[in-house]
Parts: sequence; structure tokens; C-alpha cells
Amino acid sequence: MANMIPISTVTIGSGGAASIGFIGIPQIYTDLILKISLREATTNNGVAKLKFNGSASGYSARLLWGNGGSVGSSTNYTGSGTYYGADGTSNGSGNTANSFANAEYYIPNYTSSNNKSISLDGVAETNATAIFMGLSAGLWSNTGPITSIELTEFAGGNFSQHSTATLYGIRKY
Amino acid sequence: MTDTKIVVNCETGETTVVTLTSEEIAQREADAAAFAVEQAAREEAEAAAAAAKESAQAKLAALGLTADEIAALSK
Repeated sequence: MANMIPISTVTIGSGGAASIGFIGIPQIYTDLILKISLREATTNNGVAKLKFNGSASGYSARLLWGNGGSVGSSTNYTGSGTYYGADGTSNGSGNTANSFANAEYYIPNYTSSNNKSISLDGVAETNATAIFMGLSAGLWSNTGPITSIELTEFAGGNFSQHSTATLYGIRKY
Repeated sequence: MTDTKIVVNCETGETTVVTLTSEEIAQREADAAAFAVEQAAREEAEAAAAAAKESAQAKLAALGLTADEIAALSK
């Protein structure tokens, strides 16, 4: 039976923060799970993005999304051509006050010498008909083990107070 | 207000608050601009798709199809 073991949790304090970083990730697990609960205040719908090992290249993904009125698919936001982001990963000012988006990234075989797969399931919790949620399959074309993860807000805002991110390790025994 | 980031060392458990460098601030601004462009493009595409759907439904109705018949086409 697989075990899900919490590695570290970050909770944003008053004043917010531009990013959340996990460094020194132990290389003793099979997979990683990153659970996030985020909000930012600068855009209508926030989008969080990931960066591994400080790398600014090699990311690609496909996204399925729904917003309460329509559905669609697309490549993920690429920003400056580097990062991995999707709908439903961060609430913004257009969402219900004091609500937070909930999302989970699954990163299998993060210590391997192969390219890395990533899956994402997120929803921007809000009390309205229009609500973004996204599923995504991603690839980081890099054969190095993942030793650090950084989460930032795509639109350039700060994550709000009480936003959290928890990194888990998965052991397959 | 100074922009900061929170970094946790998973080996030691130590959490630190670090001020962003000028390079990080510049990257952040570039990403925000790129995000705005992508967001606008997608909203424009969504609006165009919705308008096309509405136009098609109106043309089908003009041909004599009922609302139920038009809805059945998209199931």
C-alpha cells in the first residue's frame, strides 16, 4: 500500500508573498503530490504556475477546462514560454471574497533520469455559476531529479494571506 | 511594499522570507504582460465561438428547425 507522507507546508502570512518555494526536496520517495489552496488579489481569475529546479525551459502541457458556461481545451498558459499553469489553481478578485482555489499536482518518478510527467486537477471555488476548473497533463523535458519547486502567480500578483501549499511524498510500500 | 517570497527547506524545515531580486521582479512583470495577452486572446476566441454558435442556431431556426431539434444536433 502506498503511503502519503507530508514533507513541508507553507502558509502565507499577512502582506502576502510573490511565491512559495520548496527547496532541498528529499530524494527518498517515489512520487510527489503538491496540494495548494491559493488566492491572489490583482486579477479576476488567478493562475498559479510551477517551476522546477529554477529551470525556465522545457515545459509543455494540454489543458481541459470548464467555466460553468462552456468547456474547452488548449495548451496551458506559457507566459514567457517557460512555465506550467492552468485554470483553477488560484482564486482572484472575481471569486467569492475570502475563498481559495484548490488544486493538486501529481509528479510521478521525480527522482528519475527521464523527462517528468505532471498531472493537475484544480477548481476555483466560488459561489457563482461561472467557475473555472481545469485538468491538465504536462511534461517537463528535463532528465534531472526534481530538487526544488517554486509556485508563483502568473498575473504578477501576490498570493494572499492564508494561502497554503503542502508537499507530500509518496512511498509505494 | 517590498515584494517577498517564502522558501521552505524541506531538509531542515527552516522557512525564510526573501526579498525578490531585480531580475525576479523583471521576470514577474514580463510574465504578467504575457499572461494578459494570452488571457485576452482566449477571451476573444471564446467570444467568437459563442457568436458563431448563436449565428448558426439562428440560421437553423430560420430554416424551420425547432429549439429541441437544434439542441439535439449538439448532443
